[in-house]
Amino acid sequence: MIGILARKLPLALITLLVLSLVVFFGGQLLPGDVGRSVLGPLADAGAVAAFNHSVGVDRPVITQYLDWIGHFVVGDMGTSYTFQAPVAPLVLSALGNSLKLAGLAFAMIVPLGILGGVVAALNVGRWADRTILVVGQSLGVVPEFISSIVLILVFGVWLRWLPMSADWPEGAGALTQIYYLILPALPLVIIFFGYMARVTRTGMVEALDADYTRTAVLKGLSWPTVLRRHVLRNALVSPITVSASLVGYLAGGLVVVETLFHYRGIGSVIYTAARQKDFPMLEAGVLLIGALYTVAAIVGDLLIAALNPRLRAEVSA
Amino acid sequence: MKPFWRHDKFRAALRSPSLMLGVVIVVFWVVCAIFGARLAPMDPYADNLLATLSPPSAAHWFGTDQLGRDIFSRVIVGARDILTAGLMATLLGTVLGTALGLALGYIGGVFDSVVSRIIEALQALPLVIVALMALAAVGTSNLTVILVIGFVFTPLIARTVRSAVREEAALDYVAASHLRGDRALSVMIVEILPNVMPLVLVEMTVRLGFAIFFVASLSFLGFGIQPPSADWGLAIAENYSLIGSYWWTVIFDAAATASLVIGFNLAAEGVQGLFEQ
Repeated sequence: MIGILARKLPLALITLLVLSLVVFFGGQLLPGDVGRSVLGPLADAGAVAAFNHSVGVDRPVITQYLDWIGHFVVGDMGTSYTFQAPVAPLVLSALGNSLKLAGLAFAMIVPLGILGGVVAALNVGRWADRTILVVGQSLGVVPEFISSIVLILVFGVWLRWLPMSADWPEGAGALTQIYYLILPALPLVIIFFGYMARVTRTGMVEALDADYTRTAVLKGLSWPTVLRRHVLRNALVSPITVSASLVGYLAGGLVVVETLFHYRGIGSVIYTAARQKDFPMLEAGVLLIGALYTVAAIVGDLLIAALNPRLRAEVSA
Repeated sequence: MKPFWRHDKFRAALRSPSLMLGVVIVVFWVVCAIFGARLAPMDPYADNLLATLSPPSAAHWFGTDQLGRDIFSRVIVGARDILTAGLMATLLGTVLGTALGLALGYIGGVFDSVVSRIIEALQALPLVIVALMALAAVGTSNLTVILVIGFVFTPLIARTVRSAVREEAALDYVAASHLRGDRALSVMIVEILPNVMPLVLVEMTVRLGFAIFFVASLSFLGFGIQPPSADWGLAIAENYSLIGSYWWTVIFDAAATASLVIGFNLAAEGVQGLFEQ
């Protein structure tokens, strides 16, 4: 375990360094004249220069980067142009909200995807298998805002089962919050169900075909026991590791879903910051997402090693 | 050489129902994109303030929007911008990505390790977020959307091409070309490129579906295709607040978008299957 961490951490740090350079490039160099971009084409040159000076983008590029990243790693993410307030508390509370939404989505994706994959694998080649694969695959390519619209129409407008937006009443308890988050979580479930089912199916088919499964059957174990003890235990390694990497991809869907359901999470913060050209906010949001993905990838690697001792050597290589 | 319709792969394609369904859907929308203005029963841009938000009827099959414009006609012509943007972005990404992948795989060494690491780091960011950031920085227009999606695809395609090129570069025909004294550029383009071309084409069909996905999502977020286009994502963004009472203002655009991405996906999946056989 320690060995894996020792090999993966330096790589992750390099990834984060490159990522921070990319984000810096996108937020502070690509816009060219930041003041002009923020204040618009009608602002006079003096105001633009004053703005640039006040936020420090008239300094040399290297100084700007070191200043920005130096403060970032100790938790100072700069000052929002829009709110004239520190970025860190705004972004972190939004991240907390997003984790609630992503957590709920996750709690549905994993069991549903695994169930779909297991059912498909037990019926390889038959209609149940093909239906799960084709439906899962097709749902996985439909943009989240489309599935959201359909879900809102069905469950919010026609059936009136679920609230259409995620802003719950002040002081709502955990269960009420979950109730308000079900509809926003469903588009995320829909988009990843097929992927999860497919990965599970592949693992299952392999395990069902393996010699140890045949041995278990031939030595007289009952089929449910074989499934539980031998097949599932081996087959579930890949879906579990895949779920770690989903954490990062979920963030892309969060931008659309949170905007659509009026939920103040990291995705809607990134969206609003992009709209208002609030570059410090945008940079902080994007870099946090990247960091989260990098951490999730390491957790995934550690999970593989914990679940399957044979793979430990491969992971650390 | 056999004509293409007697080719085994073409015959296999005809026997794959999901591939055929995908092709039919895509062809349908391509026809709408090209001849939309002539196929639409009404002027998709004409306001009619006497018939705003009217439900589907014999006169307006899909109803009318806030300005009284015929939604059926708008859905038909709406195919054009998303298909154009998706196709252009994919072409750009494929050309740049193939060039970069060829260079990475063939030259190798420090250049390859450095660029590969940058590409890997970029994968930590969801594409929609990278695109949002770039579009906020350079400003949104129909052209910048194409450029941004093309650039975002470049490293992804380069990665696939790179690993194929590395395999090819180790083969005898490349060594033979070197011994003949061919220059590096000609080895890459004349010898290696034709051999990785099938892979590039498969990658391109897969990417096309993703490109449509991103153009639609970005248009919905206001960072994609700009008004007054009849684009579907744009229409949904404009009418989304009316969803409670006027479902027809969003549902047909949603169905059109869903059918297009699913059609591309079924087609890409089928094409991939044919090449793997």
